[in-house]
Amino acid sequence: MKPTDTSNPDYFHRVVDCQWACPAHTNVPEYIRLIAQGRYTDAYMLNRESNVFPGILGRVCDRPCEPACRRARVDEKPVAICRLKRVAADNKDEISALLPQIPKRKNGKRIACVGAGCASLTVANDLMPLGYEVVIFEKQHEPGGLMRTNIPAFRLPARVLSEEISTIVKMGVDLRLNQPINSMRALLQQGFDAVFVGSGAPRGKNLEIPGRYDDKTHVHIGIDWLESVAFGHIDSIGKRVLIIGAGNTAMDCCRSSLRIGADDVKVMARKPLSMTKASDWELEEAIEESVEMVECHSPKEFVIKNGRVAGMLFEVLEYHDDHGKMKSKMLGEKFYPADDIVLAIGQENAFPWIESDAGIELDQWHVPVVDKITMQSTLPGVFFGGDSAFGPKNIIWAVEHGHQAAISIHKYCQGEDQNARLPYGMNLASTKMGIHEWSYSNSFDPSVRRLVPHVSLKERFKKINIEVELGFDAEHTQVEVERCLNCDIQTVFFAPLCIECDACIDVCPTACLTITANGEEDDLRSRLKAPADNRQQPLYVSAALKQTGRVMVKDEDQCVHCGLCAERCPTAAWDMQKSTLKIPYAADQTPQPAPQRRSA
Amino acid sequence: MSFMQKPKVSHSKLLRNDLGLTQRDYEGSMSTLCAGCGHDSITAAVIQAFWELSIEPYKVAKMSGIGCSSKTPAYFLSPAHGINAVHGRMPSIATGANAADRNLYYVGISGDGDSLSIGLGQFIHVLRRNLNMLYIIENNGVYGLTKGQFSASADVGSKAKKGEVNQQPPIDPVIAALTLGGSFVARSFSGDKEQLVPLIKAGLMHNGFAMLDVLSPCVTFNDHEDSTKSYAHTRQFYHPAVHADFVLSKKPIRAAYDDGEAMPVELHDGSTVVLRKVSKDYNPTNRAQAYSYLHEHQKRGEIVTGLLYIDEEQREMHDISNTVSAALRDLPYAELCPGNSALEEIQKLYC
Repeated sequence: MKPTDTSNPDYFHRVVDCQWACPAHTNVPEYIRLIAQGRYTDAYMLNRESNVFPGILGRVCDRPCEPACRRARVDEKPVAICRLKRVAADNKDEISALLPQIPKRKNGKRIACVGAGCASLTVANDLMPLGYEVVIFEKQHEPGGLMRTNIPAFRLPARVLSEEISTIVKMGVDLRLNQPINSMRALLQQGFDAVFVGSGAPRGKNLEIPGRYDDKTHVHIGIDWLESVAFGHIDSIGKRVLIIGAGNTAMDCCRSSLRIGADDVKVMARKPLSMTKASDWELEEAIEESVEMVECHSPKEFVIKNGRVAGMLFEVLEYHDDHGKMKSKMLGEKFYPADDIVLAIGQENAFPWIESDAGIELDQWHVPVVDKITMQSTLPGVFFGGDSAFGPKNIIWAVEHGHQAAISIHKYCQGEDQNARLPYGMNLASTKMGIHEWSYSNSFDPSVRRLVPHVSLKERFKKINIEVELGFDAEHTQVEVERCLNCDIQTVFFAPLCIECDACIDVCPTACLTITANGEEDDLRSRLKAPADNRQQPLYVSAALKQTGRVMVKDEDQCVHCGLCAERCPTAAWDMQKSTLKIPYAADQTPQPAPQRRSA
Repeated sequence: MSFMQKPKVSHSKLLRNDLGLTQRDYEGSMSTLCAGCGHDSITAAVIQAFWELSIEPYKVAKMSGIGCSSKTPAYFLSPAHGINAVHGRMPSIATGANAADRNLYYVGISGDGDSLSIGLGQFIHVLRRNLNMLYIIENNGVYGLTKGQFSASADVGSKAKKGEVNQQPPIDPVIAALTLGGSFVARSFSGDKEQLVPLIKAGLMHNGFAMLDVLSPCVTFNDHEDSTKSYAHTRQFYHPAVHADFVLSKKPIRAAYDDGEAMPVELHDGSTVVLRKVSKDYNPTNRAQAYSYLHEHQKRGEIVTGLLYIDEEQREMHDISNTVSAALRDLPYAELCPGNSALEEIQKLYC
């Protein structure tokens, strides 16, 4: 193999599994270290840079970082990254002085955003400091979009949501509530310099099977029903409820049902539970609340008696693996009684308000064609982001879309090429403090993952808005922060210094290192000290070593970043260097005049 | 030295041996030697060898004297028995221990000072007794623990860190062992585990005294340009004469060895060392030839390594003394100490 090119920011970025997996590339290890030092406000602000809503995401993020966490590979359970984010948000101080200043003199460009959800708010967050005027049109009487309507208050309290939204609105955003946009053409005629659509994927999927329309009041579309519950339009449901579908929306539906009158709730999954789209923790929490999970049941018919829902008939299925494809076999039929049925089988984009002659190319499903990098539609100056761009994803993806769209909007308004975007950068700085001192907590803490305390099962159902998760207390936090392996403290190798004494290889606790003759990747992987069969993780291959011409190979897979290789290296060929990913945002794209210092 | 401990965490897919143990189970405490010391590599090789042989750590006795080398038994096989003896006197202690329990695996770790200076007399006699043990000399040519004076194995012309030139001829433990009748004589290098690990395994399984001289550079005092015991110098003049492959008895010897250059030697427990000769005319069972080969190559400054001489027929101490096969602790007390009347019977023989 060729020597690894560590000058490419992607190499060391990829080693930081959590940051690499995060759509917004939040600098997780750094904020965990800040929390460890009690610097909650700094940890919050670092989070805010990339993910904008740390308090919200610290509760309800999809957490792509956690399954990616290296700790899960060496020690079963990942670091509780998401819960630690919440610790920063819960304990932060006043942040207003730390926010970017909003210029009083605007730059004369006006941007319209459709929908006051996370994507539009991110666009506003990135563009307001640059002097843009941002107008957000929202059809509801409160901002927040899906975060407010579809995430129940027992998971995300309104207080947290409103606080982080108002941080952005207070930058001077012109937020126009109760103003649905019904015509793209009309919007385009209003003279905005650019339009950003962040209106989500607002249509819940329907289930067109017999009996669907025979009882209109007791069959609900999940996301619409959640919205009605959130705004208090619905405050009761029957005793026996069937939730059709087993994704995260289904989890919110079943748990909401329990809080407004149901006491027998079943989640009906068409596939085995092991294949469900719901996050493990959401599934666990629903089960904790005695929701019954019924797998391999495919809906066949709404059973209506006397014009009212009596239950549902299902086909019971059995799945088997047929040459890598899942095939099902019908075993029989089964009837489940119910008073109400909630359909939570997914949602999709819907743009009835975009006229086909508005100049925006729509695909066969009537969804706009959007560039994956610039987020621009085929009509220059009209951008999409969040669920409305590529269908339902999650909040953190919407935030990242917002960042990228803001860059494009800025470039578009300044007459620059949207594709000439700044690349990621990477800073490396040694953490060596003395002969045996490192500027990070490098000892491996064997503690197991802390469990976040919950409100008791008796208390939590008393009101619909009692937040179930209590968050980590100081003791939990102290232990959990030390579980982080500091993957951003990189093992950096300088081949010319190596004397091939094997000290690093002998001391490495997880057998990551090998000095061996060079070869092709497959061959090299077969000759390493420990099995190197995780191909998701790269090999770090050095240049030929001076004395024997062999190469140093590091399998990044299970390195715990303890620094012992560097500690035991007599020539400092290994060093532990902190990598900092430089993520370009809209504000970085064009050289800005030096910010005026605020006078004391 | 490092103050932090090696974390207990290990690679999740670490291989296990026949006992279900990983290499981590054969470790000792964290090394307090200088970073980059060759001794630490030898420690790692010892760990690997015991792990590969699936030897229970409690069936091992670790013996050492004084010196950097003699600290190293603390860094492997924590559950093993061990005695850290007086300087240069480890062979006597090992003899006593072995006399009392011949069923343990004995591994002695010594250095060039401990074996070739203060302990030379003991070294020669334990060799002569053919005590059944593996005796590793971690050879770096200097007294590291007392800040780098020349040891008895320093080569003529080799410079100390501050520039003095060594004038006295070295004692070569390999030549000494060959000429004094050693039954297993080998040399290796801490930086070549592919050679070292099979040698350690063969030495452990050899029935008798296995003398293994391992060049082990001292990074702090003897790894500079004008040293003949540095990593760079050793690699430059490295001359492997014989490569040993250790084969456990259960495993068949691969056909690839039957090409005339390979030579299987069966050890007393039925396992085999297959010697792959680098030079065709070298015969590792011919003492005189081994000596002249070494002598010839040494003149050219080459460092001849490998399993240089082996004789499985030579009787070890217990065979010569005709002692019981059981460990003394396993003998019934009446048998171990037959009482005054038995003593009187014995004494009558000498009246």
